[in-house]
Amino acid sequence: MTTSTHLVYLIALPLVSAAILLLLGRIADKWGHILATLVSASAFAIGVSEFFAMKSRHGDARAATQTIFSWISVGSFKVDAALLLDQLSISFVLLITGVGTLIHIYSIAYMSHDRDRRRFFAYLNLFIAAMLLLVLGNSYLNLYVGWEGVGLASYLLIGFWNQKPAYATAAKKAFVANRVGDVGLSLAIMIAFAQFGTVTFAGVKAGAPHASSAALTAIGAMLLLAAAGKSAQFPLQSWLGDAMAGPTPVSALIHAATMVTAGVYLITRSNFIFDASSTARLLVVIVGAITLLFGAIVGTAKDDIKKALAASTMSQIGYMILATGLGPVGYAFAIMHLLTHGFFKAGMFLGAGSVMHGMDDEVNMRKYGGLAKFMPITTITFGLGYLAIIGVPPFAGFYSKDKIIETAFNAGGTKGILLGGAALLGAAITAFYMTRVVVLTFAGSKRWDEKAHPHESPVLMWLPMAILAIGSVASGFLLASGSAMVNWLAPVVNASGVEGGKELMKPIVVSLLALGVVVVGVAFAVIKYRTVPSVAPEDVSIFTKAARKDLYQDSLNEALLMRPGQKLTSGLVYTDDTLVDGAVRSVGFTLATVSGWVRKLQNGYVRTYALVMLIGLLALIATIWMVTL
Amino acid sequence: MSAPVLNYSLLAPILIILGGALLGVLVEAFISKALRATLQLGIALGSVVLSFAWLWKVHNESSISAAVKSVAMDPAGIYIQGIILILAFIAILLIADQDNFTAQASALPGSEEESVAIAEGKQQTEVFPLTLFAIAGMMLFPIATDLITLFVALEVLSLPLYLMAGLSRRRRLLSQEAALKYFLLGAFSSAIFLFGVAFLYGYSGSLNFNEIAASISASGNNSVFLYIGIIFISVGLLFKVGAVPFHSWTPDVYQGAPTPITGFMAACTKVAAFGATLRLFYVALDSVDGTWKPIITAIAMITMVIGSIAAMTQRDIKRALAYSSIAHAGFLLIGVVALSQAGLASSLFYFLAYGLATLGAFAVITIVRDSSGEVTDLNRWVGLGKKSPLIAAIFSIFLLSFGGIPLTAGFVGKFAIFSAAYQTGNMAIVVVAALASAIALFFYLRIVLMIWFAEPTNDSVTVVIPSFLTRTAIFVTVAATLIFGVIPAPLLDSAKNFAVFLR
Repeated sequence: MTTSTHLVYLIALPLVSAAILLLLGRIADKWGHILATLVSASAFAIGVSEFFAMKSRHGDARAATQTIFSWISVGSFKVDAALLLDQLSISFVLLITGVGTLIHIYSIAYMSHDRDRRRFFAYLNLFIAAMLLLVLGNSYLNLYVGWEGVGLASYLLIGFWNQKPAYATAAKKAFVANRVGDVGLSLAIMIAFAQFGTVTFAGVKAGAPHASSAALTAIGAMLLLAAAGKSAQFPLQSWLGDAMAGPTPVSALIHAATMVTAGVYLITRSNFIFDASSTARLLVVIVGAITLLFGAIVGTAKDDIKKALAASTMSQIGYMILATGLGPVGYAFAIMHLLTHGFFKAGMFLGAGSVMHGMDDEVNMRKYGGLAKFMPITTITFGLGYLAIIGVPPFAGFYSKDKIIETAFNAGGTKGILLGGAALLGAAITAFYMTRVVVLTFAGSKRWDEKAHPHESPVLMWLPMAILAIGSVASGFLLASGSAMVNWLAPVVNASGVEGGKELMKPIVVSLLALGVVVVGVAFAVIKYRTVPSVAPEDVSIFTKAARKDLYQDSLNEALLMRPGQKLTSGLVYTDDTLVDGAVRSVGFTLATVSGWVRKLQNGYVRTYALVMLIGLLALIATIWMVTL
Repeated sequence: MSAPVLNYSLLAPILIILGGALLGVLVEAFISKALRATLQLGIALGSVVLSFAWLWKVHNESSISAAVKSVAMDPAGIYIQGIILILAFIAILLIADQDNFTAQASALPGSEEESVAIAEGKQQTEVFPLTLFAIAGMMLFPIATDLITLFVALEVLSLPLYLMAGLSRRRRLLSQEAALKYFLLGAFSSAIFLFGVAFLYGYSGSLNFNEIAASISASGNNSVFLYIGIIFISVGLLFKVGAVPFHSWTPDVYQGAPTPITGFMAACTKVAAFGATLRLFYVALDSVDGTWKPIITAIAMITMVIGSIAAMTQRDIKRALAYSSIAHAGFLLIGVVALSQAGLASSLFYFLAYGLATLGAFAVITIVRDSSGEVTDLNRWVGLGKKSPLIAAIFSIFLLSFGGIPLTAGFVGKFAIFSAAYQTGNMAIVVVAALASAIALFFYLRIVLMIWFAEPTNDSVTVVIPSFLTRTAIFVTVAATLIFGVIPAPLLDSAKNFAVFLR
């Protein structure tokens, strides 16, 4: 373990910058976005230098720690505000600051017409700081601070245009759904503390082998609940679609590349818990498998380009969650898919933003069509991301997703076949809905209004898209070649104990199968969307209707949670008004009555007062007589 | 028979005050009117400061034979004297505002003589020497270790107060009525007290606390004389602290007396009387605690509850604070019942916390006025927060301290004294005290609510700009209330170190 003194700057720089931008107010309007971008870039620079420094160290010395200050010290319970930079966190640091910086640059142009651009950049920096704290904290409690911080930043950014009530509602919905998950995280921390007496990752890891399996399963289930909230996994996924109300760069950074992947980070970081509890692992793979199909199905029916991408994000994170539930070897593949996804999904979101930018903020894909001619760069970068996500070799998604499907099949027995099947089916649907997005947007005939004048976006916007597109192309191969990612993360996720496991089928067979279903999906979409009506048809199958309605998740939430919750609230208010307040009022009334009596005794006559004293004296004598008798 | 040996150094704090008082009498007689008020104020403040300085000098010494065996200058005694001097200093700052006092006390209310005195601008300043005499009595009261000295101290502190209660400039009749009531009932209680002294002497053949304690342990405690003596002496002391059912004088006197004097009585008299009560029960009667503890416990409970409940429906701010001070007497009796070092230490802290807030609150009352002087009708205080936010905020802080809200000294005091009782296993009194606190909080918060959340009416009061001295008093008390609430440890530690009665 190496001790570092400058990890704190990673967090401090964007945090201070956010504070400056928020506190200075309009004075900083002119240069606020530049400061924010520079700060993000310097955080990236620190991250890169830390990465090379880490590579130059070996063995246990690779991980670095820094204790900033003693945070809580109550009796034997001590928590330091301390940071841990190991192989896992550096991967995130590079992703967050790297993609974050690109999106800062993109936003300079994208938000140039917004009068609150400075505030937007302040929130972005706040997000970067919180997210870095989340991945750098050395204990669950430190992580929790970052966890809540990103939740706050997400809330502020989803509702950035809160003058529109629907957007404010979307922000609130995201916040509430996240709170449910946050309760899970805080419960997990409490159980961990009760069980191990510490909340540091190292301490819990050391204690995990000796803990009862029930406690481990409970912690695991609560962590999974937390992950489901933050990463929009079943059954807490409903907020992500609405979160697209935020400015598109936010969707790219927070709701595609980084924050929503915090759940994957949490589970990977807690590998020692999940490794020790097969029940918790089973829950994880179930949630992952359901969500990857759920998101994919919803994605097939969305006409809003950002919502289609959001459904896709949900589905892709489902893959990652599924991978983390598959044991030690799965963690590395989950993180690998997380990184490649960070590139191609962020790239596609920025592409969507670029399209909207050129189309007067129109988001309905049925009003697009034939944009390839007008936006060549956007089309190419988006196309590269598209090839990556559907898993065409040699693009990034092929390497990472393929590994997950393969690992799922190798889980063994019926479970393996079910999970592998789900993952494979998901891949087919992914190919279908992504092809649909590309066809509706860039191909076919133009369906837009006369007023729209589609044009390519400025360089500040397409440059980040281009860089991300390069990542979409190359990152998979780089991470997968020679099992680079697996070996890199091995010390963190304890992959040494991996049993070989019997392979259900050879990797090449899995790859061919996956490619096969992808081709089917693409072909199906191309055929189906040769002609597109500019208004969504109403006479569709019951399945399409369900998918358009997010598979009725909102209605379910309303029926199961919201309405009973409202009933409970009104019931409690009624009880409080009548029973509790009634009791309080009657106590008050009684006391006031007694008070009135005492007042009457205080009649102003000295003779009465003297009599009261005399009676008091006699009463005392009587009392002492009884006491001593 | 040789002359008694006196330790003048240890007695000096009291002697300085008495000297100042005598000097004040001379000034009143011989110095011209124009200089009198300033000179009297200087003498009064000077004596208190000098006395405190001397006390500081000797605070590490102690002796039970400073004046033969009549007084004990022990750590707790010195600490209580120090508190009395600090509170008295602040009280004198308030008394200095002569507008509160009648021009000529000897003139009948409403008489021609009175109007002439007012017209001529005659202003008697006998209140200063009277205050100093009272302070001297208060300083002697808690260190007296024989019953005669105790009685003398009681009278020395009481007699000036009877007079001072009648000095109010406005509502003269109410003031004089209060003075007469106070005097009559005080005389009644003094008689009861003396009767008790006689019984105890009859039981033990001695007036000295230590010798009484010795004879209790020697002869067993099964004697009617002892019990009657304890009861009668207790009643005398309980009258002074204002415990139910010997409290009836408190609201009338607190309302009628000039407000600075009310503050002085509520703060200093209570501290002195509790000091004496603590010493009597801790030193002389601690081995018969089985006899008096149930009685004092019951009195404490009744006092807390009745004081808090009666305060709820008061319409006059001074009467309300009088009942509040009755309730606080109940809380302080908890420290007596605890009969432990922690009980004594927490009482010492409570003295200062309560005394400062009390003086501060009465100081604020002196400056809330209309054209005809102080306004004590609570209904006319509504909306004060809108008109004078600073004064309203300060008054609210005092009320919150009375109510025992955290971050005020009142909270720390209550917490310390409750936990002292809790440690001795006296759960019943802690429960009752907590409930009484809740009731009391209702009426403190009711006032806060009236001040802040009601719209001002036409006949609402105004706040006059306080004199420099009053302002000093208000800011010192509010600062101390907050500081001891946020950082109580140094004061708590010193109280703990000084919580020792020598015997």
